[in-house]
Amino acid sequence: MNDGLATVLIAMLGGAIRVSTPFMFVALGECLTEKSGRVNLGLEGTLVLGAMVAYAASYHTGSPWAGVFAAGVAGSALGAMHGSICKLPKVNDVAVGIAMMLFGTGVAFFFGKPYIQPTAPRLPSLPLGGWSDSSSLKSALDVNPLFFVGIVIAIVMAWALRNTRWGLVVRTVGDSAAAARAMGISVDLVRFLTTTVGGFLAGVGGAFLSLSYPGSWNQGLSSGQGLMAVALVIFARWNPMRCVIAALLFGGAGAIGPALQSVGITQGYYFFNAAPYILTLVIMIATSSAKRSARDMPGELSMAR
Amino acid sequence: MSTGAPTASEVPAVAMKPAAGSDFALRLRANSEYVAIPAFALLMAALLFALFLLAIGKSPIDFVAYVWRGGFGTAFSFQNTLQRSSPLILTALAVAIPARIGLIMIGAEGALVLGGFAAAAIAVPMIGVAPPFLTLAIMVVAAIAVGGLWVGIAGYLRYARGVNETIASLLLTYIGIAIMNFFVEGVLRDASNPNKPSTKPLGDAYMVGKIPGTDVHWGFAVGVLLAIALYILMTRTTFGFAARVTGGNFRAALAQGLPVGKLIVSCAMIAGGCAGLAGFFEVAAIQGRANASLAAGYGFTGILVSFLARHNPLVIVPVAILFGGLVASGGLIQRRMDLPDATVLVLQGLIFVVLLTSETLYGRFAFFKPIKGRDRT
Repeated sequence: MNDGLATVLIAMLGGAIRVSTPFMFVALGECLTEKSGRVNLGLEGTLVLGAMVAYAASYHTGSPWAGVFAAGVAGSALGAMHGSICKLPKVNDVAVGIAMMLFGTGVAFFFGKPYIQPTAPRLPSLPLGGWSDSSSLKSALDVNPLFFVGIVIAIVMAWALRNTRWGLVVRTVGDSAAAARAMGISVDLVRFLTTTVGGFLAGVGGAFLSLSYPGSWNQGLSSGQGLMAVALVIFARWNPMRCVIAALLFGGAGAIGPALQSVGITQGYYFFNAAPYILTLVIMIATSSAKRSARDMPGELSMAR
Repeated sequence: MSTGAPTASEVPAVAMKPAAGSDFALRLRANSEYVAIPAFALLMAALLFALFLLAIGKSPIDFVAYVWRGGFGTAFSFQNTLQRSSPLILTALAVAIPARIGLIMIGAEGALVLGGFAAAAIAVPMIGVAPPFLTLAIMVVAAIAVGGLWVGIAGYLRYARGVNETIASLLLTYIGIAIMNFFVEGVLRDASNPNKPSTKPLGDAYMVGKIPGTDVHWGFAVGVLLAIALYILMTRTTFGFAARVTGGNFRAALAQGLPVGKLIVSCAMIAGGCAGLAGFFEVAAIQGRANASLAAGYGFTGILVSFLARHNPLVIVPVAILFGGLVASGGLIQRRMDLPDATVLVLQGLIFVVLLTSETLYGRFAFFKPIKGRDRT
């Protein structure tokens, strides 16, 4: 029994690292966008399109890293679209996000159909578990470099938001558009840029889905990870480092089902599959309040209301 | 930006008449903005989609012809369209009612799936025991109750805990689909059906029939009646007035002493009930059992239908028929034009994006403001 528990825990650790990476990228992208006072709910669509584009590019060029880059470009295109539409007066950014979610998914399914069958080269992973004799630990510590890239981006973003002129500009735009305008900052331009960069990161998160774990392209690849990552930003209180921690927590929750399955417990598989959604909802309930807006929330966010 | 000229062509002819003293004509002209701008957006989206088809080497004219043939052209295809518009009317109502109280709820898909599943599940012990009419009545109640509860949760969380209702309702959709899969692949699985995990079939005697003289099931009639009823509820009753006040200005509603919490939860529950009812008809009139095909995306198309109808229950019906036709012709387009089934999704996404972009046009044209000093935004 003890042995089984260890297996489950190791599988969960490996699963948490694998599952958390796309959460991390989407959450970081959304964090940056929301810091500038805009919500992009469409990152679910960006994630799916990124996954498709990455797989297609990797298949055609033979280089998975070209796939990652292409996914980022596709993601920034969707982000730029969201950013430029929301710039117009009277347009609701939450509603545009829903539309972009449907649009991105539709485009991905449309162009992705021929890529469901073929196998594209996948991203190589770093075998960090080489020192261990346990094969399960070895496979758990086969970590994709994108995981570390995500952590580095989080550190850089946290530092830049706090210490650079650019970070100050983004935060000012997010907290008070009027103050930013008084300083001569173009609010629309800043939000356009943060949404575009946010889209790039979410696209890269999609590339991880199709090129590393689960590592293939199909229409059921993402089921709400992009949306959960958006919810996760609220929990992380708009702090990039806390986004990483929250992503790992979510990754762990998402890994419960497969980890139990690996030791032969298939009972309630669907309930464990639902665990990340339920966890997201519980966390949203726990961190929200009807009386006051969430702590550290950028003042311009339309979710604040 | 105050030129009326660019949009004059799409304005109904009635509104073009110089309306000197008639208040009715002036109001018609002012309100025609809400028809002209969405129609213009629809046209622009169609144009962009035509360019998209041309770019990938397909003929837009063929596309239109197949949508016509597959969705509207013959009595058979039009009846098929009406049948498919039934869940769209109901899921669009599930978006429109909360929208009136200021909530963007996108959880209709989950309420549809769970409502349909609840109906199929409650029918299992009753088949062959209870009479069909009683069984169907209990199925309807179960579907509405479960659907209403599901979206009601999102409404309650919004009011009591300030949880963002858009994200919460979509999360509840994923949870709902997982719950259905759990039961359908587990305890409620019909062992005699090895192909696709499903609940036990209802059997012909326990299915909802067709509207006499047509090939369209009763769900369509129920959808139309419900749309009319909810239109009256939202525009002609105290409840609807209170809900709209809350949607327009939350603080003012609170200050007035309106029961804001009850209103929000009620609207959410009505919404969920509508979507649950859609699930009931999908199970009891089309599929005959609950399985994964319940999550066919009607709930998501319903969001677009409601936005295009500007959340007006009466307008939802024709818009839902339009999109029902598009959905119905999807198979034909796929086969004849060799396009993936996601083509309809691309078109829907495009329409949605262009439509929301067109929101920025409201109030920019002097033509729609015949009455000076009255701001209609």
